[in-house]
Amino acid sequence: MINREAGVFQTSYRSDMALYTLPLAKITVWVTLGLLLILPLLLGNNEHTMSIVNTIALAAISAIGLNILNGYTGQISLGHGAFMAVGGYTAAILSSRYGMPFWFGILAGGSMAALVGTLFGIPSLRIKGLYLAIATLAAQLIIEWTINHVSWIGGGAQSSIYVDTPRFLGLAFNNELRRYYLILVFFLLAYFAAQNLVRSRVGRAFIAIRDRDVAAEIIGVNIFKYKLLAFAVSSFYAGVAGALWTYYLRIANYENFTLGVSIEYLTMIIIGGLGSVLGSVLGAIFIKLLPIVLDLSVIRIAKGVFGIPYESVANFLANFQLFIFGALIILFLIAEPEGLARLWENIKRYFRLWPYAY
Amino acid sequence: MRLRRWLVGCLALAWVIGVGSVVPAVADEIVIGGQCDRTGPTKPVGIQLCPGVFDYIKLVNKQGGVKGHTLRYIEVENGYKVDRGVEAYERLKRDGAVVVLDYGTPIVYALTPRHMEDKIPGLTPGFGRADSTDGERYPYIFPMAASYWSQMGAAMQYLKDKGGAKKGTKIAYLFYDNPAGREPLSIFNRICEMEGYECRDFAVPAPGVEMASQVLDITRRMRADWVVGHLFGNAPAVSIKELKKNGFSLDKVVSLVWGAGEEDMRTAGWDTAQGYLGMQFAGVGRDFPVIQDIVKMYQAENQEVPEYVGWVYYNRGVLVAALIVEAIRLAIEHDGLPVTGDKVKKGFETIKDFTLGGFLPPLTVMASDHEGGGWVRMYQTKGEKLVPFTDWFRGYREIVLEEVKKAAKAEEKK
Repeated sequence: MINREAGVFQTSYRSDMALYTLPLAKITVWVTLGLLLILPLLLGNNEHTMSIVNTIALAAISAIGLNILNGYTGQISLGHGAFMAVGGYTAAILSSRYGMPFWFGILAGGSMAALVGTLFGIPSLRIKGLYLAIATLAAQLIIEWTINHVSWIGGGAQSSIYVDTPRFLGLAFNNELRRYYLILVFFLLAYFAAQNLVRSRVGRAFIAIRDRDVAAEIIGVNIFKYKLLAFAVSSFYAGVAGALWTYYLRIANYENFTLGVSIEYLTMIIIGGLGSVLGSVLGAIFIKLLPIVLDLSVIRIAKGVFGIPYESVANFLANFQLFIFGALIILFLIAEPEGLARLWENIKRYFRLWPYAY
Repeated sequence: MRLRRWLVGCLALAWVIGVGSVVPAVADEIVIGGQCDRTGPTKPVGIQLCPGVFDYIKLVNKQGGVKGHTLRYIEVENGYKVDRGVEAYERLKRDGAVVVLDYGTPIVYALTPRHMEDKIPGLTPGFGRADSTDGERYPYIFPMAASYWSQMGAAMQYLKDKGGAKKGTKIAYLFYDNPAGREPLSIFNRICEMEGYECRDFAVPAPGVEMASQVLDITRRMRADWVVGHLFGNAPAVSIKELKKNGFSLDKVVSLVWGAGEEDMRTAGWDTAQGYLGMQFAGVGRDFPVIQDIVKMYQAENQEVPEYVGWVYYNRGVLVAALIVEAIRLAIEHDGLPVTGDKVKKGFETIKDFTLGGFLPPLTVMASDHEGGGWVRMYQTKGEKLVPFTDWFRGYREIVLEEVKKAAKAEEKK
């Protein structure tokens, strides 16, 4: 029914190289952008819902970064949380001790994380797959230990550094709505930068390395350079997300960036779809939103449908939610092993032929 | 069509979300918010502490509420995760909570700026930063009833007064290597230096189930006279077993407040744990009027009284709820209705000699001291019970308050 490609011709190389070539895709992107801009209005400008949206957007930025390394370049990393911590603490130190503005803290946090990430990416030149996962696990442990035991970095026994509420041109980001727009800017930058990166020369080199690194080397891809670049870009994303997370909470605390968090991000991109920027976002939504939705609905259903008050079955409900959450992860992966992004593709494809499915 | 089924499934999910987000609003109730961890790493504490809060508030409501007003307690599970904690706080704020019980150290850290912004007091029982005792710097945070610094001060006072510690006494500090575990180190080191003790600290890395080498070091190389333990989760039980195995007398071990629950003794074995000394900031056992009332409430409803009623963490939940209710009562008394966060904060700050029949320490909260004085009490493991070993006491208050001031100064300098 929707013959999207019919009658679309490009007349210049420039328009042929555009990120979105089809009119329908362009319209979709602009409509989505518009919706994102008025999202607070759509959700009733509620601090509670906006806090959920902000958490998801922050997670999405970091997940996109991990997907570049993991999904596009094929290097498994278990240290993503630690690289976020590097960004977060760098920003906190710069802002609280040297009075730097938040945007500088975010950039510096990203750069510092990129530097550290590159350093810990060096083993990837010798080892692959699960072995590399263990090497990056070491990065996670070393960075956590350093933050905990070097008081100049960690800020003392509590290993946490408070920062002031970020301000920009006299405007303080002191409620969820303002923080949403702050995070949205960085989210959009991260999203479109990644979309463009993965279809560029660099992105194709990443994919070549993922598919077969020996073959990539033979056709002239400098593995040394591109593997480290993938680590740098991925850690930069992590650092930016960590710094934003720090300004969002107004505290840098390593307990937000533990090994569990690293694994959570891996789950996100696997659920969302390895090697898909959109998939990272969908995965972040799935992992961050689903537990909250379950919490809200399971309790209400227990009370509304079965008439059971929360306090008498609180332990059961809390564990039951985890059970459903785990079951849903398995269910979605069985339904589409390549993730939510692929599921979305399937839906699109279905409607493209509809109603003439065969 | 497989896909069609999927779409139907998604629509059903959307419907569930729609049902889930309907918020019932009941007027003329005072809403208290609370968070809990019933599934995460501190689950053993959460599944006892949180029912304690519910039961006490139910009891108050049965007895006519606070000055005739019903209380509604809303609990949100956070699983000890920071993002869930933020969501929980915002949800409780949306539902009109005038005071929030924060659960979990990293969550307290993350929520502190929000409490200040929204002027909603947060009660952080034994979770928060010790320097949040300073109510002038953290006006809306109440780390009742005793911060880690106060606990350490009290432990050292006990060693001096009752344990006969003098110059040259060897004291080992065995702690979980995380921010909460390291926090008391500064007080420990200062007092050791002041009193001339020979002190060493031993960090136990996460997840805290392997400490054979540390204990061996304490018992065989250092030959410590006393051990001050500050462990969480599964670690206390492991420490009890290891110390016992190495022939260390457990009545020479003083555990801070998260290392001496009934469940820890059960895991280590009650026989093994005999004599173990644990610090508490709420009474333990059922021999208090308030716990008796709760037991009667269960019996009146023909319900079986859960085993954990009267246990350490359950009673701590009752303490938390009692403090919140008292603060709300004072808020209504002083400033009338409607109850707001600001009024509850003032209510907290006017709590004076509130003991609930010996169940609580003689707490006196002031604007400059949000902790209530830092009182604790020691209990000893005897038979299959924890029995009182000392009366309420505190120690080295000057040093603790000095550290609090020092922390405030360091913050200003930044």
